Amino acid sequence: MTRTDPALPPRLEMRGLGLRFGAVRALDGIDLAVRPGEIVALLGDSGCGKSTLLRTIAGLERPDRGTVRLDGADVGGVPPEARGVGLMFQDYALFPHLTVAENVRFGLHAHPGKAARAVATARLQQVGLADREAGYPGTLSGGESQRVALARALAPGPRILLLDEPFSNLDRRTRDRVRSDTLDLLRETGTTTILVTHDPEEALGFADRIALMRAGRIVQVGTGDDLYRRPISRFAARFFGDLVEVTGTCRAGHVATPFGACPAPDLPEGAGAVACWRPEAIRLAPVGEGLPGRVVGRRFLGATAILAVEAAGFDASLPLPVSGTDGRGPGDAVGLRCDEASTFIFADGMD
Amino acid sequence: MTGAAQALDAEDLPTPRPKGRATRLRPRTFAWTVAALVLAALVLSPVASLVRAAALGDGALWPHLLAHVLPRAVWDTGLLLAGVGALVVVLGTGAAWLVSAYAFPGRRWLEAALLLPMAVPTYIVAYAYLDLLHPIGPVQTALRGWLGYARPRDFVLPELRSLPGCILLLGFVLYPYVYLPTRALFLMQAANLIEAGRMLGRAPSAVFLRVALPLARPAIALGASLALMEALNDIGAAEFLGVRTLTVQVYATWVNRSDLPGAAQIALVMLVAVLALVAIERWARRGRGFAGTAQRPRALARRALQGWRAGAALALGLVPVAIGFLIPATYLCRAAFARVTRMGWPETILAEIGHTVLYAGLATGLAAGIGFLVAAGPRLLPGPFGRGMIRVTSLGYALPGAILAIGLLGPLALADTILSDVLTRLFGVAPALIGLGTGGALVIAYLIRFLAVGTGTCEAGLARIPPSLPDAGRMLGRGPAATLARVQWPLAWPAVLSGALLVFVDCVKELPATLLLRPLNVETLATHLYGEAARGTYEDGTVAALLIVLVGLVPVVVLMRLGTWRAAAATTRP
Repeated sequence: MTRTDPALPPRLEMRGLGLRFGAVRALDGIDLAVRPGEIVALLGDSGCGKSTLLRTIAGLERPDRGTVRLDGADVGGVPPEARGVGLMFQDYALFPHLTVAENVRFGLHAHPGKAARAVATARLQQVGLADREAGYPGTLSGGESQRVALARALAPGPRILLLDEPFSNLDRRTRDRVRSDTLDLLRETGTTTILVTHDPEEALGFADRIALMRAGRIVQVGTGDDLYRRPISRFAARFFGDLVEVTGTCRAGHVATPFGACPAPDLPEGAGAVACWRPEAIRLAPVGEGLPGRVVGRRFLGATAILAVEAAGFDASLPLPVSGTDGRGPGDAVGLRCDEASTFIFADGMD
Repeated sequence: MTGAAQALDAEDLPTPRPKGRATRLRPRTFAWTVAALVLAALVLSPVASLVRAAALGDGALWPHLLAHVLPRAVWDTGLLLAGVGALVVVLGTGAAWLVSAYAFPGRRWLEAALLLPMAVPTYIVAYAYLDLLHPIGPVQTALRGWLGYARPRDFVLPELRSLPGCILLLGFVLYPYVYLPTRALFLMQAANLIEAGRMLGRAPSAVFLRVALPLARPAIALGASLALMEALNDIGAAEFLGVRTLTVQVYATWVNRSDLPGAAQIALVMLVAVLALVAIERWARRGRGFAGTAQRPRALARRALQGWRAGAALALGLVPVAIGFLIPATYLCRAAFARVTRMGWPETILAEIGHTVLYAGLATGLAAGIGFLVAAGPRLLPGPFGRGMIRVTSLGYALPGAILAIGLLGPLALADTILSDVLTRLFGVAPALIGLGTGGALVIAYLIRFLAVGTGTCEAGLARIPPSLPDAGRMLGRGPAATLARVQWPLAWPAVLSGALLVFVDCVKELPATLLLRPLNVETLATHLYGEAARGTYEDGTVAALLIVLVGLVPVVVLMRLGTWRAAAATTRP
């Protein structure tokens, strides 16, 4: 999945970053390294510190402790304008008093006029807006504004590009197209990118690696596959979708679940445990196989349908996704199966 | 970053730093802090100097003040403020409710016209009515004619030269301070709540008393405190109308008896009133979020009035406009026209216009420039002082002009002495009284008194710029100064300009500080008018009065075009 060479020295390296706003720990011991060309998503709920972390990398916030290194050099005392970092704001922050071309040229003041014009035109061509050069930001649609902001952030050739919730202001239909165009452009230009998002699907679809954040800390870092299939906590597992959960106790290194005993090698004997499954990990089997269950409801969604299935050992009915053409409905008996590999066991009481 | 710099900066030590937005470039932060401290010292120096002057006076004065001056002055000032406060609240709130809750022909016109009295300074309205209502003036003469009385002494209206007369006149020109924020609140914020009250089946009067009025309390308090600051600043109207307020006593004690400690001691008593007004104003501003429950600002659906009710509503709304603006303005126009046709233009008027524009213009330039920097400073170089400095430099607006002027005498004399000393050492000779003698003192007084207006409008203009825009400027490689020049200034200059306009007009209208601090033998429009009124030669001052009102109309017209704008500006004064 990762398209960059792990042997390269990191473009960005953060160690022990901490920042408090009054009593709130916005950043609490952040360690993260990003390789050149890599796209990393900072994922978390609002208020988890992901935007603060982005602003700290940009130099707009100054950490209380810890270091930020760009290409090996500590940038702790370097003001934002001298870091060579690009930032695309959630509201795009296009200057309303400048034309589209002037906006894109704004960061090219070190270049001679002619060169700056050429770079700006080339960047606007890349995002397909060369014909809007003379227009003002007020005349652009949301998707066009996003593309101008991207062109502007990329124009000075930043060492690293920071995207703060770049697609959250777009309606759903526009968002999917703009997102894939943006991703193509970033891959094409080999731009090292950090993306802040609260949307797990966006993080999964966009990034080489995901850093899941909570309360100023990084909970887990890894590829999308790692986080989805091997979450290290119930919080990490829940973040990517609903879970079916049952509580149990660890006995002889195993936790008893309705699907049978599952190994829990890390838990001490007698410890409370929670076993969880993603709904799609529980498969329907012919009657008589696996755990017996009964369909009690069906919600039709078009391509798929959600069956509500009751089974022994579960307090609530299980919402199981099936194909929209599946004919089973309330009253039908079913069997339920589950892989040991897709069962998550966590200590109870821990998130 | 070089290795040496890195070594100098103890990066590995987790040192506590001021929290908040990035702070870098410490030398510049230091310079900013020093500049801000100097500015704050300038603003606070009048009060400090007043305290010192009052303390220097021997105790012998106090028995006299306590026995003969203060009781009467405190009592009159208290009554005046209470009366004006009650009147502006009733007129301002009533007018705001009338144009917000009801629809009738002429309503939109009335909505704007209700602002007009703002253009008339208190001393001019007193000046106009004194001549209009004089026993042998046009009104009483006409009344006698209708009623068939032959001689002036057979029929006389109640004396205008009285405390009630003063309350009435001040109230009718100061009510727009309440009208503006209250109308803005009814219009924009409280609409959904008032409509909810109506949907719950309450009568309009009950909705007004139980919903609209409580919601509008902070806006009303804010407007009333600003109006009372104006009333406390007033010196002309009270003096013309024979009311011995504290302000008049401060002025008289200094001008007639040259008794600085005495004037300072009375001024300190006034400061208590000033502090009370500032406290009310702060409270009102804190309560600003009180009514902000509307999802989106939206105008109230108005109750349409028909027939005689519509006519009555318009007539009622016109009363304050007529008393506060139409009648005095018409009188000034006619009197000025008569003066000019009979005797030509007053020969000194050009010089007076020149002085007025010179001092007001200098102060305006300084107030707008410093105001922009004070407002922009904390955004560029955030530090522990930023916000607090804005507050301190904005305190001057609450100081009545007379107090400010008396308080400045000490610091200015000291500065003049030092300056003259330095110049003498350097060049052997030096002019005396560089500040007090040249009008520099006046410009400084204007600056201190109206810096808040400049800072407030710049602050409002900058606050409307999303913080991501200057951040984007920084991220695109521009330093703080370049970002200020290329991002914030192009977006904020209209606000700076409107602030400058307000400062200019306020300077032109300001009377007490001008009277006390102008250089010898220099007259501005306002002091000329005051002089004519003091001599009783009203018609000779009408041209100057008319010019002041015309200048005062400029921001009112701007306000009318921008709708609720001054309300926003008034509520963003820190």
